[in-house]
Amino acid sequence: MSNQSIDIASLAAVRRTLPQPNGLWVLLGLIAVMALLPLVASPYALLLMLPFIGYGIALLGFNLLFGTTGLLSFGHALFLGVGAYTAAALTSKFGILSFEVLLIAAALASGLVALVIGALCVRYTRIFFGMLTLAFGMLFHSFLFKFYNITGGDQGMRVLRPLLLGMEWRGGKTVFLTGPFYYYALLLFALLGVAMWRITQSPFGLHLRAIRENAGKAAYVGVQIFRMRLAAFVISAIYGGIGGTILAVTTGLADPELAYWTHSGNLVFMAVLGGSGTFSGPAIGALVFVVLQDFVMSITQYWRFVMGGVLVLLVVFVPQGLSGTIEALVSRRAGGR
Amino acid sequence: MTELVDVILGGTFHAAVLFLVAAGLQLVFGVQKIVNLACGSFYALGAYFGITAVGIALKLGMPPVLFFPVLILAGLTIGLVGLPIERVLRTIYRRDESYQLLITFGFLLMFQDAFRYLWGATPRTMDNVYLAYGTAHILGVRVPTYNLLVIAASLAIAVALGLFLERTKTGRIVRATAENRDMAEGLGVNASKIFALVFTVGCMLGTVGGALVVPSGAASLDMAVDLVVESFAVVVIGGLGSMRGALVGALIVGLMRAAAISLMPELEMLSVYLVVVVVLIVRPAGLFGKATA
Repeated sequence: MSNQSIDIASLAAVRRTLPQPNGLWVLLGLIAVMALLPLVASPYALLLMLPFIGYGIALLGFNLLFGTTGLLSFGHALFLGVGAYTAAALTSKFGILSFEVLLIAAALASGLVALVIGALCVRYTRIFFGMLTLAFGMLFHSFLFKFYNITGGDQGMRVLRPLLLGMEWRGGKTVFLTGPFYYYALLLFALLGVAMWRITQSPFGLHLRAIRENAGKAAYVGVQIFRMRLAAFVISAIYGGIGGTILAVTTGLADPELAYWTHSGNLVFMAVLGGSGTFSGPAIGALVFVVLQDFVMSITQYWRFVMGGVLVLLVVFVPQGLSGTIEALVSRRAGGR
Repeated sequence: MTELVDVILGGTFHAAVLFLVAAGLQLVFGVQKIVNLACGSFYALGAYFGITAVGIALKLGMPPVLFFPVLILAGLTIGLVGLPIERVLRTIYRRDESYQLLITFGFLLMFQDAFRYLWGATPRTMDNVYLAYGTAHILGVRVPTYNLLVIAASLAIAVALGLFLERTKTGRIVRATAENRDMAEGLGVNASKIFALVFTVGCMLGTVGGALVVPSGAASLDMAVDLVVESFAVVVIGGLGSMRGALVGALIVGLMRAAAISLMPELEMLSVYLVVVVVLIVRPAGLFGKATA
């Protein structure tokens, strides 16, 4: 039992000293495979990949907070909600259809919201940070839910088909989503992945890791903890907003459930499933989660029970997640040679 | 005036139930350091099982007047489900909090579908017995006597729990284990047993709370996830790990909601979260919490 209680921090410390597969290449490789997917996969499978791209982007941001900085947000779905509702409001209320404008607006909106919430939240760590972010998430959810006139209440708001690169795309919904939008979202995923890699490898990323390992020591050597944490929070929120925009365009709807706390719980689930100690782990977790959920839903209506069971087993037996376990196996073999 | 009394009575009734669940959450957090997201599921479990138990008892010819003790008994019995769950939790006590949150989140998901399987997706109500005790008149407001009974029962449980923790030998051992598990074990305490006991009691508090609330409303699938957030609000306002905090927090949340519902229904939950946010900013440890981190 005792060897199961390795905490992530010490595991990560061991891993950094070993030559490791470059996390960015894993992610880009995955994206490259996905770019070839339309050649072989059915439209249904491609439609399933779109939520994965949305979640994958959101989780890149989420993990900057969770994996790199060591702050567990249990209200991160809030920013997916902000992104989705920004897209909904702009397309269906203001008639702004340019997807680029939607993305920028979603990024700005979630960044601004995060600046305010983050300023209040990042003073706290551990369970208090989790609870405070959960409270803010639910604050936003009940606003969405109760203010029917502005947000459409439980009906949500429609998201119209956007223009990509200023061009209108013909064809049915599925043709649009699995064709131009799929590639567009995938490219965005790759670009944001590279950007996040640069962020984690920069001195700023180093500051964040130092804060995670030992905040007191980091402060002593001159890391400005509050500012760094706040910056991480805002960046992760921007990724969340962009992910939420993609989800909303995919479903054509922004609804309050996006911001509900169980949705935040699912995000944490994905991150831990893939392994929050690695760069591409959470994105892999999102992929496995989306595919697994779809598969389980197709065989039983009691899919929550199965997913919950998977989560319990995962936490007990595979705490480092899929990618963490694979890496541990690889490095054990390398070490044994 | 009558409106005010109405709000106070309604709010206190809600607070009484909320306190039970929050007390369970506090007890488990205080001793095991686990924030139990599944506390809402225990509450819903108590509610569903309460309906079933009373239904069976009525069929066996129980006079409706006895439904109150039957409910409490049902809540206590089904609370034993805490024992096997604690066995699973035992594997992760010394892990990072994020895992503990996640594993209880997993239980929450599982319970959700277990309810759907056992009791169906449509809300279930308990008929005919809610008003078995008649109604009382307080300052010109009619209130079901049952509501007053629940408030009294909740207070009695609060006192009993306080006495147990403060005055009995086992209570002292529980507090010592909460303070320092290793030291307590060093002195010969069987911490595993204490943990199992505490988690089961925490679970029972939730199931009894659910069983007591159900005659006045309905048992539904949403009640678990909704209540989690509310009891979170209670413990954050009152301070994590503090029983007194649970009591005061439950009263604040209960009254706040009742007031908001009668004044501005849109602000029902919004007002609660606003209090939470304000408390966390002004007093991060909550009203009665110990200052940590």
